[in-house]
Amino acid sequence: MSENIVEIKNLNKWYGEFHVLKDINLSVKKGEIIVVCGPSGSGKSTLIRCINYLEKFQEGSIVVDGVQLSDDIKKIKAIREDVAMVFQHFNLFPHLSILDNLTLAPIWVKKKPKKEAVATAMKFLERVGIADQADKYPNQLSGGQQQRVAIARSLCKNPNVMLFDEPTSALDPEMVSEVLDVMIELAQEGRTMICVTHEMGFAKKVADRIIFMDAGQIVEENTPQEFFSNPESDRLKLFLEQILSH
Amino acid sequence: MAIFEQKKTRTAPSNTQGIIPWIRENLFSSPLNSIMTFLGIVFLYWIIPPFVQWAYIDANFSGTTREACTSGGACWVFVKMKMDMFMYGFYPQNEIWRLKTALGLFIVLLVAFKFIRNYKISFLLLNIYFLVAFILVNGGFFGLEHIPTDKWGGLMLTVVVAAVGIICSFPIGIIVAFGRASDLPIIRSICITYVEFIRGVPLITILFMSSIILPLFFPEGMTFDKLLRALIGITLFQAAYVAEIIRGGLQSISKGQYEAADAVGLSYWQKMLLVILPQALKVAIPNLVGAFISLFQDTTLVLIIGLFDLLAMVRITAADSTWLGMETEGYVFVTFIFWAFCFTMSRYSQKLERQFDTNLR
Repeated sequence: MSENIVEIKNLNKWYGEFHVLKDINLSVKKGEIIVVCGPSGSGKSTLIRCINYLEKFQEGSIVVDGVQLSDDIKKIKAIREDVAMVFQHFNLFPHLSILDNLTLAPIWVKKKPKKEAVATAMKFLERVGIADQADKYPNQLSGGQQQRVAIARSLCKNPNVMLFDEPTSALDPEMVSEVLDVMIELAQEGRTMICVTHEMGFAKKVADRIIFMDAGQIVEENTPQEFFSNPESDRLKLFLEQILSH
Repeated sequence: MAIFEQKKTRTAPSNTQGIIPWIRENLFSSPLNSIMTFLGIVFLYWIIPPFVQWAYIDANFSGTTREACTSGGACWVFVKMKMDMFMYGFYPQNEIWRLKTALGLFIVLLVAFKFIRNYKISFLLLNIYFLVAFILVNGGFFGLEHIPTDKWGGLMLTVVVAAVGIICSFPIGIIVAFGRASDLPIIRSICITYVEFIRGVPLITILFMSSIILPLFFPEGMTFDKLLRALIGITLFQAAYVAEIIRGGLQSISKGQYEAADAVGLSYWQKMLLVILPQALKVAIPNLVGAFISLFQDTTLVLIIGLFDLLAMVRITAADSTWLGMETEGYVFVTFIFWAFCFTMSRYSQKLERQFDTNLR
């Protein structure tokens, strides 16, 4: 068994006739921070959504923490208990209070006693700085607060891998940094994170590796320093020019 | 350097608030609006005073016979004397206490629900109540005389049919809606066939089928209570409509909710029951209550298979030779009762909507 916590081999995926992911190979070590970037439609979200099987794939294999992903419902369940995801649009459950959002899965999936689940939830709400909002409903919070709640919710199951799908793209500019601060803290704690994001400052600061995707392929993969100072492919040079020129 | 200074808040100008600006803005904002307001007032003046004159000022309330009605207005004595018929149909006089007890227990239950916060206990109590109410109304246990369903009638029958229809169709409707939204083609097509078949047939046809055609398929000598057959027909009918309304609610839930529920590790049933259904039902409340209100009114159709509900009681009581020609009073009274029930349901739905509104700002 290697030390790779996520191992993706020859992953291919089609939406109908459209080939979205082409021969993706990626291994992530325990504790690594991977940032995935690329133009829209390049398949980066689809890639990380394959890791917790929100998207089916037709060819190739994904192994997470020693479990080979397949149609088997038990394996999907095992992987989803191990892998947390933070979405672009937060996807909090609007009919439940913040606290209930956090305790829902621990109580029903992990069968934890309510007291314990609440204690864990409050601990994580405190970490992301919104313990005082626990009794409110998601729509009463600002976007940045909601996203921090979503991060706290994903932390409640103590995941080995955290997936972030453009966590700051739907936020007002003033709220981006409060979410990034939480993510940076998590990164420094040594959690394995795979983040799809365009926050290049975040990538420079905490990423171990940056992956650049275009048209369903991994074009380039490098350390942040090399990635920004020595881009190899013309596609990446163009991309960097466009996002860094303003 | 520019200094940012917050300005003080002021109250709104006084000429935009209060009754007179409201009237000017809402009733006389344009010539057309003024004309409509005027016509509306004339119409109300034309309708309301004569009705009040007939139903209250000239009406007769006291007395026990037709002869007491002398003043030319409504003869409410008729309704008073036939009240038991309107309420309980042909239910035996000396057993009516059982119905009253069932009603009393229901009120006790409603009060108790105000204080019981644990929904498991509430659910249990509700089920116990249904059992007790059934034993009380139907009899046949604990020395209570069995009252066959052809003796049931009046408002009590209307309420039984509507309540059973609503309560039983609700879970069936939810399951059919889930089935129709399912990924499994066989389950989906069964549910679609069911819904489309039922919705293509009028309720009257279903009642006829359940009361006349269905027994033809049963073996000789096997009988099936007429009311029970009607209840099954109404429940299946209503379930199809409930299913479609809930399906509408399900479609309003964004894909992100399903994905988030999957991502936190919930199973299919946990996802549907804990995350999706509560939100879908919230969206569906106005339409669901609308469907239940129409069901309450549609229960009057059971007359055609020989069950005598509240509306049917008007015909029967006004056919009494001493009270001939009292239909008007009967229909006005029954209209009022129907309205009171439907209005209560409608208000309750608004209360539920507010209660489940979590988009508070």
